[in-house]
Amino acid sequence: MLTTLLIFWPLFGALILLALDSRMAKPWALAVSLIEFAFFLFTVFSFQPDASTQFVTNVPWIQSLGINYYVGIDGISMLMVLLTTLLTPLIILSSFKNNYENPVSFYGLILTMEMALVGVFVALDGFLFYIFWELALIPIYFICLRWGGVNRGAVTLKFFIYTLAGSLVMLVGLLYLYYQTPGQHSFAVEALYAAGQQLPSSTQGLIFWALFLAFAIKMPIFPFHTWQPDTYHTAPTQGTMLLSGIMLKMGIFGVIRWLLPVVPLGVKEWASTAIVLSVIGIVYASCLAIAQRDLKRLIAYSSIAHVGLIAAGLFTLNRIGMQGAMIQMVSHGVVIVGLFYIIDIVFSRTSTQEIASLGGIRNSAPLFTTVFVVVMLGSVALPLTSGFVGEFLLINSIFQFNGWIGAIAGLTMILGAVYMLRSFQQTMLGEANARTQNFIDIGLNEKIVLYPIVALIILIGVYPAPLLKISEAAVENLHTIITNYQALNQ
Amino acid sequence: MVMSELIGLIPLAPLLGFLFIGFVNKDLTKGWVATIACGAVLASFAMSVALFFNLLNSPAGTSLTFTAFDWISTGNFSVAFSFLVDPLSSIMMLIITGVGFLIHVYSVGYMYHDDGFRRFFMYLNLFIFFMLLLVMGSNYLLMFVGWEGVGLCSYLLIGFWFKNQDYNDAAKKAFIMNRIGDLGLILGVILIFVHFGSINYADVFSKAVDYPVGSEIITWITILLFVGAIGKSAQIPLYTWLPDAMAGPTPVSALIHAATMVTAGVYMIARNNILYTLSPLALEIVVVIGLATALFAATIAIAQNDIKKVLAYSTVSQLGLMFAALGVGAFTTGIFHMATHAFFKALLFLGAGSVIHAMSNEQDIRQMGGLRKYLPITFATFLIGTLAIAGIPPFAGFFSKDEILANAFGHSQIVWGVAALASILTAFYMFRLFFLTFSGTSRASEEVKHHIHESPKSMTIPLIVLAVLSAVGGFMGVPEVLGGGHALNQFLAPVFETSQKIAGEHHHLDHSTEFILMGVIVGVTFIMIFIAYTLYVRSKRIPTPEGVALNGAHKLVYHKYYIDEVYHTIVVKPLYFISKVFDTVVEKLFIDGIVNGTGRLVTWGSKTLRLVQTGNTGFYIFAMVISIIILLVTKSLI
Repeated sequence: MLTTLLIFWPLFGALILLALDSRMAKPWALAVSLIEFAFFLFTVFSFQPDASTQFVTNVPWIQSLGINYYVGIDGISMLMVLLTTLLTPLIILSSFKNNYENPVSFYGLILTMEMALVGVFVALDGFLFYIFWELALIPIYFICLRWGGVNRGAVTLKFFIYTLAGSLVMLVGLLYLYYQTPGQHSFAVEALYAAGQQLPSSTQGLIFWALFLAFAIKMPIFPFHTWQPDTYHTAPTQGTMLLSGIMLKMGIFGVIRWLLPVVPLGVKEWASTAIVLSVIGIVYASCLAIAQRDLKRLIAYSSIAHVGLIAAGLFTLNRIGMQGAMIQMVSHGVVIVGLFYIIDIVFSRTSTQEIASLGGIRNSAPLFTTVFVVVMLGSVALPLTSGFVGEFLLINSIFQFNGWIGAIAGLTMILGAVYMLRSFQQTMLGEANARTQNFIDIGLNEKIVLYPIVALIILIGVYPAPLLKISEAAVENLHTIITNYQALNQ
Repeated sequence: MVMSELIGLIPLAPLLGFLFIGFVNKDLTKGWVATIACGAVLASFAMSVALFFNLLNSPAGTSLTFTAFDWISTGNFSVAFSFLVDPLSSIMMLIITGVGFLIHVYSVGYMYHDDGFRRFFMYLNLFIFFMLLLVMGSNYLLMFVGWEGVGLCSYLLIGFWFKNQDYNDAAKKAFIMNRIGDLGLILGVILIFVHFGSINYADVFSKAVDYPVGSEIITWITILLFVGAIGKSAQIPLYTWLPDAMAGPTPVSALIHAATMVTAGVYMIARNNILYTLSPLALEIVVVIGLATALFAATIAIAQNDIKKVLAYSTVSQLGLMFAALGVGAFTTGIFHMATHAFFKALLFLGAGSVIHAMSNEQDIRQMGGLRKYLPITFATFLIGTLAIAGIPPFAGFFSKDEILANAFGHSQIVWGVAALASILTAFYMFRLFFLTFSGTSRASEEVKHHIHESPKSMTIPLIVLAVLSAVGGFMGVPEVLGGGHALNQFLAPVFETSQKIAGEHHHLDHSTEFILMGVIVGVTFIMIFIAYTLYVRSKRIPTPEGVALNGAHKLVYHKYYIDEVYHTIVVKPLYFISKVFDTVVEKLFIDGIVNGTGRLVTWGSKTLRLVQTGNTGFYIFAMVISIIILLVTKSLI
């Protein structure tokens, strides 16, 4: 029941919203997302941190096709739901000073998005997962299309087609697996695992690519990333936050739940390819970030680099890497939402996000500077910030996979410092210019969003144990399943 | 145990100071800011002293540990926030909190009129916190936390006057060059974890002794760790950030870029003495890099005219000597020189700060001269510092430097020769600096001259204390040949016991050789001082002013061998070039070209396919029949 409530409460809130006056849209959306977060808190405190899936609901939906409404939460899903329900209120809050036209649709779409995202993370039926997966695309498509910036039509269309193409390939993969299930076919996660695992190695390889492509586009992994910088750049800030903070984790989560245990032999065959692509992506995207002149694009590319590290660590199939990926997803979400909000604040006050046109903001905005520094440190993974825990575990796992590849992946430490420090310096330090000399320091509204982000970055960095514990048993279990299977089927 | 409880409080005090000044109460008066910041470090110092005496009175080999909480723990990886106090960390803690406290006090006077007073002490306290983590951590990852943390503070303090983009560039450069080293360090730590299954010192060292001398894996580990040291301790090829780091306020140069942070690499190698002893190759690399840096930086220092730059290159050079000591297996000697260097280099920097303060922020020694009569205390203390670094007995530097040279001679005469050359050059450039600054007549403008004044007490008292330490600090390590017992050696012995066993008996020089070496070096040092005196006092020579063309070697040295320019050409520019190419060619034309091409292909394909939809029923039936036939044929074939 609790899981269902977590999925559909935001949708319910969105429906109520339609009946409300447009002035009420913001506070109502915020209230809904905060209540959702309260539901999450209740869930997490009722959760036993073992490997089992809890709060399960499994009822027939389309019985003739073996499709069930089958949802539940294990440690892995729990962290993803945490990320979604935590960031959504912050994202809504971050829009409070904006006056988007037609706020009812805007906030309605955000809440619908939250519903779909939670759905993706808790679905245990392949078909249901696919439905939520596609459902998540629709609100964000409209958010980008209606409230986006210059050239939004073309950019959004490309994004839509690109990700849809990936999803369709995934659908083919899922359907194939479905037809491999015995008797009355089923989409249940266990049935699909069993179906995938009994396939011969070569077929598993094909299924791997069908599923991997969809996930790789969503994250995105090099070279499937070219939709991302344009989309992040064009989308309204809240859209960018949803995309980068939560939605890209659908891809990583997809790998964990719907790829690794489904076709372990396919994974075994292709993991090194995925790792190499991801690590190329780290260096490539970092270099591109260095070349950017626009803050939003710079952060967009930095995200590709960071996600590349997560993906590479995940595909090492090393427990440390998998746990690193889990905690890094949370950290990345928090940090990147902070960064995009910082850029939004800069843009709202100076009407520019060109690095070269800025400078000297620190002179008049010390609080804003402190916040920027902490978020930047989280991004460059300084120890005692959230970014370090995951980055260390991930580089550790990649290094164990192969020393040289690990060292190349580790270049993110250096290159990340190059582009982040440069953008910080050019934006915040030096003498103020005409645009920045009257920069007003952050106000209450902005503090409410930024302070929790800063607090989380430090808290997770200093004491990551509770988060690690939530997913530990589930990750351990998954790791055992995969390695045992791979050992049996040499 | 009460003492163990104390351990956690030592780093906590400056952390609380940082938090209180920075975030709890922002409206503190300068007096309160200074009191809290200095008080926090003083508290740490007092506790460090208590721990030191506790260790001193305990049986040899005692160490204290304290675990605060589990930090990162998952799967087979586990690391705690736990501290280890043994003789080595105890010495480090005394230096960090002791010298740190003096520099805090000095800064109260030095920074009093700066708008960023509160911010300055915030960063300074945060630095002490991270530096203590670095030396007190009982595992590699906690050391790494401190390691990167002090790098952050260094970044913040180099760019303290953030309106000046040159300073910000220097700060960024320091951070990035350190990060290059840090990558090596963290990979070394990971390699340790992979092979030892733990990153706690105690576990690693106890397992390491089972490895044979020359083990390949240990060599890799130690080289990777040393890459970290190269970055943090400004050795070739990653030293160029340190001279630029002089952009920070002078107390920062004294504390971070001379006495403490830059010696982290020395501490790290001493801490890992067992691993290094197991890898003669790594030790050889340490010697070579250390010596090369010592000599190279000393030659650059000869031709510099910025008082802080001279001291900066001198620091790089002295650090090189410390590494040379470590590299020949004389770990105690490395730590000894680190300790004496902390005293006299902090003294020299603070003295330089006092000069700069008096000279209305002038740093060029060509514009100084004759300060002796204006700044008597600064003059006297600076002289002691100069004598100490030049290695004149009985000042602190003499004992530690002599010990390095004696050990170097035992290792190889070439090592001794290079180290000796670096150390006599030190005497020359330091006295050049000293004479140009303090003797003769003032070359400052009337305006500046009018404002020259001795610094306030908060600045001169730390100078005096440090001068006393620089004068007598060497007595903690009086060698046997001079009738001493070398107290430091005895205190540190348990830390290096195992390595001593692995390395076998050190070949001791016989006393007569040691005496001769000592005499030769001291003699040549006096000659160098005399040359400096002749050039800069008797002949009143002033270094070439800006804009006048220099010749050959002088030009090369003055421009620091053009290393910065070389790095710019072979690293920075190519990186930006590649980034540009990736952005404009690979990304936009190639990858996105393929993506868009695929899109167009599909559009074209569907347009073509649409032509098939003619609406002619006969055509549809025909197509259907053909398809069924193809289907049946293929089915029967399979």
